[in-house]
Amino acid sequence: MKKVYVNEDWCLACHLCEFYCAAANSGADSMIKAFRDGKKPVPRIQVEEGSEVNFAVQCRHCDEHPCVKGCIAGALSVSDEGVVSCDENKCVGCGTCILSCPYGCIVPDEEAHVIRKCDLCVKNHNGAPACVEGCPNNAIVFEER
Amino acid sequence: MNYVIIGNSAAAIGTVAGIREFDSTGNITIISDEKYHTYSRPLISYWLEGRVSEKNMMYRPADFYEKNGVTPVLGRKVTKIDPQKKCVVLEDGLQVQYDKLMVATGSKPFVPPMNGLENVHYHTFMDFDSAKAIKSEVKDGMKVLIIGAGLIGLKAAEALAANGAKITVVDMADRILPSILDNRAGVKMQKYIESHGVKFILGTSAEEFTERTARLKNGVSVDFDMLIVAVGVRPNTELVADAGGKVDRGIITDMTQKTSLDDVYAAGDCTVSYDASSDTNRILALLPNAYMQGEVAGRNMAGREFRYVNAIPMNAIGFFGLHIISAGSYDGEEYVEETENTYKKLVFRENRLVGYILIGDVKRAGIYTSMIKERIDLGDVDIELLKEKPQMMMFGKARRLEKLGGITK
Amino acid sequence: MNPLYEVVRNPDRCIKCRVCERQCANEVHKYDAELDKMISNEMTCVDCQRCVCLCPTHALKIRPNENQFRENANWSHQIMDEVYKQAGSGGVLLSAMGTPKQYPVYWDKILLNASQVTNPPIDPLREPMETKTFLGKKSQKITYDENGKAHYEKTPYLELDVPIMFSAMSFGSISKNAHESLARAATELGTYYNTGEGGLHEDFYKYGKNTICQVASGRFGVFKGYLDAGAAIEIKMGQGAKPGIGGHLPGMKINDEISRTRMIPKGTDAISPAPHHDIYSIEDLRQLVFSLKEATNWEKPVIVKIAAVHNVAAIASGVARSGADIIAIDGFRGGTGAAPTRIRDNVGIPIELALAAVDSRLRDEGIRNDVSVVVGGSIRSAADVVKAIALGADACYIASAALLALGCHLCRSCNTGKCNWGIATQRADLVKRLNPDVGYKRLVNLVTAWDHEVKEIMGGMGINSIEALRGNRLMLRGVGLTQKELDLLGIQHAGE
Repeated sequence: MKKVYVNEDWCLACHLCEFYCAAANSGADSMIKAFRDGKKPVPRIQVEEGSEVNFAVQCRHCDEHPCVKGCIAGALSVSDEGVVSCDENKCVGCGTCILSCPYGCIVPDEEAHVIRKCDLCVKNHNGAPACVEGCPNNAIVFEER
Repeated sequence: MNYVIIGNSAAAIGTVAGIREFDSTGNITIISDEKYHTYSRPLISYWLEGRVSEKNMMYRPADFYEKNGVTPVLGRKVTKIDPQKKCVVLEDGLQVQYDKLMVATGSKPFVPPMNGLENVHYHTFMDFDSAKAIKSEVKDGMKVLIIGAGLIGLKAAEALAANGAKITVVDMADRILPSILDNRAGVKMQKYIESHGVKFILGTSAEEFTERTARLKNGVSVDFDMLIVAVGVRPNTELVADAGGKVDRGIITDMTQKTSLDDVYAAGDCTVSYDASSDTNRILALLPNAYMQGEVAGRNMAGREFRYVNAIPMNAIGFFGLHIISAGSYDGEEYVEETENTYKKLVFRENRLVGYILIGDVKRAGIYTSMIKERIDLGDVDIELLKEKPQMMMFGKARRLEKLGGITK
Repeated sequence: MNPLYEVVRNPDRCIKCRVCERQCANEVHKYDAELDKMISNEMTCVDCQRCVCLCPTHALKIRPNENQFRENANWSHQIMDEVYKQAGSGGVLLSAMGTPKQYPVYWDKILLNASQVTNPPIDPLREPMETKTFLGKKSQKITYDENGKAHYEKTPYLELDVPIMFSAMSFGSISKNAHESLARAATELGTYYNTGEGGLHEDFYKYGKNTICQVASGRFGVFKGYLDAGAAIEIKMGQGAKPGIGGHLPGMKINDEISRTRMIPKGTDAISPAPHHDIYSIEDLRQLVFSLKEATNWEKPVIVKIAAVHNVAAIASGVARSGADIIAIDGFRGGTGAAPTRIRDNVGIPIELALAAVDSRLRDEGIRNDVSVVVGGSIRSAADVVKAIALGADACYIASAALLALGCHLCRSCNTGKCNWGIATQRADLVKRLNPDVGYKRLVNLVTAWDHEVKEIMGGMGINSIEALRGNRLMLRGVGLTQKELDLLGIQHAGE
């Protein structure tokens, strides 16, 4: 299955992926609208900055998917293709998936009291992950490995 | 192949998933004494609070049974397992044959003997029906007395506070949430919950109940309009014990989740688990644990060989908007950071992270959890980064690439 | 001093993502928490356009500071600023890249021919079109033995699939990732890149067959293994942007890798002398040419690179007689990582005139086929390439255009070492901004596009081989040029 991978040699910690991600998943049709009036839509990708390397992390859509198994609300599910996604109408924001995810890739949305997670943009952005398209240095790729 | 599952909650659903990974044709029957389509037990407080609709209580989509070839037998209680005849007997006498049986009976509220309780109308808070009973009685401004300052008691308190109730919580212990928090964190949470109007009376217990009053051992009397007993839970082990299976505090299983009875498996809150973080056997009444035990059991029932080895106590919960995530054991060298709204405690032993408590800022806690579960030696971990926050940056490049680079088994 | 540029931020578009702040090595942008908005310190802005390009909402624009000194046709704003700067510093002004001054660009005053009716044009998409070029001595003496087999002097040569090479830029002046991009692009394109005077990084020996190894006055990184590694050796006598001037790579850029590659101690200044201290005559040059050939077993062509200066034709004639296989001429509009501003803006001559003069002189002396001529110093497009070849060049060197392909916006601040595009810098956090996977592909795209255009233009002329275009000045016509200029270029005026 094609997944998003980050090459830490090329990540610049510019954080553009976070903004492209947040905007693409915000429901707004442009980044300006997504962030209008001080709104802060939550990105599903997070950049870690180090002294020498940086990298972004987002859901690995791993085979074990402990988040799905631990979800108390039945909000998380894994598709036949292997994409782990969250039904945000069902999520109660309990944080069990945050507790379970070994990659720390599930992000709480404090305002909406739900979690947000990468679903590889299957529902938006024509299925092409926005973080990959927005990366100025090809540090994020969407490929089969 | 006939698979029979007693129970209809997380462990049962995990069992279905485990079986269906390897056997798409065998018959699966789910028998439950509750009448509902599989629903999430932990959501009852959210439902009582009004945050979750009845429709969203469903733990799996409406077509789950159909899609997975499951025959649900709901609202009917199993009274006996006959391991010789390999059947279970229902209360109406019906016998259901099994080739492989899963006992996922969960637990029931524990109500200790208390003077006068038999004459008082009280609630427990464990299943949907108990929540519905409370909901039908609760009124704005009502005085509610909750016996028990554990997870269940406090989730009930939060939900009832949202319904306008005035709440007093009494516990014999001198601190709240002892199963998941240390002293300091307990005090912190207590203050926070008190700031939302909940009153605590700790270190004492009820001497005697009269119709609308509880007299406590410390001499204080508490009036109530509603009484909730949430002292604890006990695993439902009777079916297996009566059938001659090994039972301790819970049902004893091996690492494949098989009980001492042939072809009988057990999973979830009714079982004793091996806690990898403290190297002890204990009851881990946690939904993720139940599901994953069920899943492993299901795979084994379908003829595969899997073991469930890395269970640890862990909990994610929140009260009045303040989140807590904790996991593992708290026995070891401690590192603590505290601010007004946050608390962080990391526990190290034998050069490993073995436990943690996070309050307030719980982001990415699962990285810590995985370090406990995977028993990661801290040799190549940047300890300062580990202490700062959960982050992949703390690992060496090789482990980072293994975790993030798509190299999977 | 006033800032040269103004950062214009559209508050309706800015979402305070702070990408501009993170991406500006000059620390122009800053988020002010108290004001809850982005603010700018324009004093350090060099107009490199990095922030503009990365701003996800296109909220930014950099424009010249509107502040004006009192208008004066003689004392321009810039000249006045330079006086103020020098009055403050007491130092020589430094600049980078090619001169921004308004000197004539003869390429833009030359027009190309096309076929009509007779000698019909050729469609390069339908018919074969050859842009392969060989550089080196072209033997004129062919004898035949009794079996009719031809015999001629075989000398080493370079084979170019396109008549375009990447000219010298040292590892040090540009980053390792920039070098890797050039090396990989040259390999894929079937052409050559040039190490410059900084030696060859150990990781790039694998691209040796597409590498030209330069030997300059500082002799940095030169040893037998280096000379053997490349396909050709270039002796750098001069550079178009700074004829008569050496080079200076400040010690702060000499990190571990550069120190190893240049074979000099870490942190020391790398100073290339203005002259080669062993070359004071054509005879001396000949000695070096032959020494290098001898050192490499006579297997590699030797290029001698000179700056286009007043008597370039005579110098080129001498170089041709020194035993060099290829002469590279660098025009005064060429780029540089750093040069004294006055030199860059006032010394040298345009490449077009230099090329015409050299080609004519070598023809007149009957030695044109003893050497190939490569020209650089601001070749900006496929049209410039075609015009250069028609004026007499065998191939072109490009560098500024290559850097543009890698992201350079010609802010001319290479000398600061803070290139926001990861090109002219050795700061690790900036170097990684140039991902060679992206960079090399863009270079390949650029040269491939130019090659298509060269073929298109040649086809229009009815020419199907670059050989037939070389020195074919009949294909060129001048516009707006004086008779003297036309004579020097050896072309007729349009309409003639």
